[in-house]
Amino acid sequence: MAALTSTNLTTAVATMRDELAAKLREFLPAEAVLTTDEVLRPYECDGLSAYRQLPMLAVLPSTVSEVQQIMRLATATGTKVVARGSGTGLSGGATPLGDGILLSLAKLSRIVKVDHLARTAVVQPGVRNLKISEEVAALDLYYAPDPSSQIVCSIGGNVAENSGGVHCLKYGLTVHNIFKIEVVTVDGAKVMIGSDALDAPGYDLLALMTGSEGMLGITTEVTVKLIPKPQCARVVMASFDDIEKAGNAVANVIGAGIIPAGLEMMDKLATEAVEGFVHAGYDLQAAAILLCESDGTVEEVGEEITKMEAVMVASGATGIRVSRSEDERLKFWSGRKAAFPAAGRISPDYYCIDGSIPRRALAAVLKRTEELSDKYKLRCANVFHAGDGNLHPLILYDANIPGELEKTEEFAADILELCIEYGGTITGEHGVGIEKINQMCSQFSAAERETFFAVKRAFDSQMLLNPGKAIPSHARCAEYGRMRVHNGQMPYPDIPRF
Amino acid sequence: MQAFISDLSERIKAHAANKQPLAIHGGNSKAFYGGAVQGTAVDMRPYCGIIEYEARELVLTVRAGTTLAEIEAVMGAENQMLPFEPPHFSSLGESNNASECATIGGTVAAGFSGPRRAYTGAVRDFVLGSRIINGKGEDLNFGGRVIKNVAGYDVSRLMAGAMGTLGVLLDLSFKVLPKPAAEVTLRFDMDEATAIQRMNQWAGQPLPLSATCWHENILWVRLSGAGAGVRAAREKMGGECLENGSGSGVWIDCRDQKQTFFQGNEPLWRLSVPATTSPLNFTTPQLIEWGGALRWLRGTPDVGALRSRVEAVGGHVTLFRGGDKSVGVFHRLQPALVPIHRNLKAAFDPANILNRGRLDNF
Repeated sequence: MAALTSTNLTTAVATMRDELAAKLREFLPAEAVLTTDEVLRPYECDGLSAYRQLPMLAVLPSTVSEVQQIMRLATATGTKVVARGSGTGLSGGATPLGDGILLSLAKLSRIVKVDHLARTAVVQPGVRNLKISEEVAALDLYYAPDPSSQIVCSIGGNVAENSGGVHCLKYGLTVHNIFKIEVVTVDGAKVMIGSDALDAPGYDLLALMTGSEGMLGITTEVTVKLIPKPQCARVVMASFDDIEKAGNAVANVIGAGIIPAGLEMMDKLATEAVEGFVHAGYDLQAAAILLCESDGTVEEVGEEITKMEAVMVASGATGIRVSRSEDERLKFWSGRKAAFPAAGRISPDYYCIDGSIPRRALAAVLKRTEELSDKYKLRCANVFHAGDGNLHPLILYDANIPGELEKTEEFAADILELCIEYGGTITGEHGVGIEKINQMCSQFSAAERETFFAVKRAFDSQMLLNPGKAIPSHARCAEYGRMRVHNGQMPYPDIPRF
Repeated sequence: MQAFISDLSERIKAHAANKQPLAIHGGNSKAFYGGAVQGTAVDMRPYCGIIEYEARELVLTVRAGTTLAEIEAVMGAENQMLPFEPPHFSSLGESNNASECATIGGTVAAGFSGPRRAYTGAVRDFVLGSRIINGKGEDLNFGGRVIKNVAGYDVSRLMAGAMGTLGVLLDLSFKVLPKPAAEVTLRFDMDEATAIQRMNQWAGQPLPLSATCWHENILWVRLSGAGAGVRAAREKMGGECLENGSGSGVWIDCRDQKQTFFQGNEPLWRLSVPATTSPLNFTTPQLIEWGGALRWLRGTPDVGALRSRVEAVGGHVTLFRGGDKSVGVFHRLQPALVPIHRNLKAAFDPANILNRGRLDNF
């Protein structure tokens, strides 16, 4: 439930703020310590804007040593810290705490080094995702993970959320595309995790840190892997008169031994929404359209596109178009990339969901989603990273209608429960944050959640880094269980009730 | 299988109560690897079988005791593969030559990946989910059976290379890939410095590289992918070309360390370094893989000097097989990482009973 918390500070917090600010200003320039409501306002939420909370104060360090000093002070005073990159996260991972420091890494925005032969770039956490690829474009290299927000989102945030994008079936997530991170621990020590080699001694802490939502340490530098730019890319756009046929076509492409560079699906409502917006030439009669991309050398792409077309025809496509130029390829993609703003155009508000399912469950999950849409009387447009089973239903609602946001959130929670029911997961790439913290109770047992807490304590014994996010307490799960009693049966019988 | 899990869980609880260590093993094909392990043996081989494999989902879920041979046979029928090309090592140290005994659980625990690693990814890159029993006897599930999943910390990937010290691996889910349509092997006569330079230059171009191996002034390169792409790359790169059949032996030998270089009892050192590291000019024989990032060394060097030297270029050294393990099998950790490792170990296995001694660097 969205809590629109009051901005009134208690006296105790106000006193704490003044004391901390004074100490911070001993080593930070005055303009790097923000304490008034007016200047803190831009930090009150991330991309999950239904949840807002002013932080106690915000700091904008410009060196790693300043980050270390901030963490030493936080540990010494027992102050909570929430790290923030560009604030584009969709699950509330960077939602501030009213009694905590908001640590913005935005000023650490330098590309430190590019090594052409080794195909790596060392970048500070505030560097924008797309900026890396722009910087190395002349070397015919690029950084593969491409979340939709790549124009603005930061690499530090990508590491925190293990971000994906439309090309991750073939090129992997953030965790597959980084070598090493420099981390400032909760007590201000600087450590290197991972290495410039292909592995490092000890436990795979790099895997653990990636996607840990700022709860284990502060990433202050990232060594990313760069890969050769494909010589060319082409996309097949196929229409289907039935969602299930489109779902089967996706399975058939994979079954034919093809790993497309991108494989996206949009349903009719999504197609209609974007076509009116960007005029990409989508088939408005289709129940679903697929965009299936091949990239590589000219020879590879030619061979693969022929195969893809054949699979689409055999799977019952009612129409097929293949991009004939780079302009046309970008035009076909423009609709998919504009899906979110387009949803905003046909509805005052929309809520983006991020569940993951086995692909075979696609038709069933979409059908159940349709039933939920009828039940809640809210429209839902579906865009889908079909190749890797990642659903992004967009629920269209109007926040000005009393109760509609709450109804939307219930609808969203039901869709996530569906994902679990079909053997999937509650988040494919957006993270848990505060948005999906309740559904963590459904996906994980008490012992599993306790293991997550133990992992957190291994890095942060005082629980100061982004506490309250991603991993729900037993009490919270008990509360969530009470809200979702089904058929008179109480879930989580192992949890004490209050 | 549930009975196996319940029994094992009870056994772990009993051992934890008395702080008595357990030594978990599969086919023992990698018994040579890691620090000297203490404790009563736990044989995971009975816990075997494929749980779920639907080729079109690109996901495989399998019990830890299943052999790589069985998995590869089943996947081969679907024209798919484990993308990290795990070593089998089965015939090494097995006097009865029981051939295929390496298990998937052992492979994940050891964190072993084969020739394809530098180009496709490591075992940790393809682990999607795991079911484990921790050192408290708790049966836990992490990750999932879908390709994208960021719910909770990525405990499953943490299991890769943890040498079984954080939990007994039960069920493991992997992302898998189709086998490449075409594959050829190229052979070049080339000195070490040129080979390192060339491997890195090629890797920066859109070429379908899938493996590299340099030894005694010969560089082997494998290309895998769509037929047309492989043909075009082969013409561009030159070298002497071995077609599908005759080339594959090179890579099986490389994967399973069957070359002459790996035979005999001289200690074998594994040097993991940045791929572009210049020749390290050792006087003892060397074999290079992974585009320059993996360098094998035979002999009895001054261990301290070797470790300092490799650390200085940003790498680390493992005493992979043989030799005197008292010098430390694994490279020492940065001091700041030691408490984190100890805390993690304590979080999963507070009584320190799982594979005690096998990871010897913290």
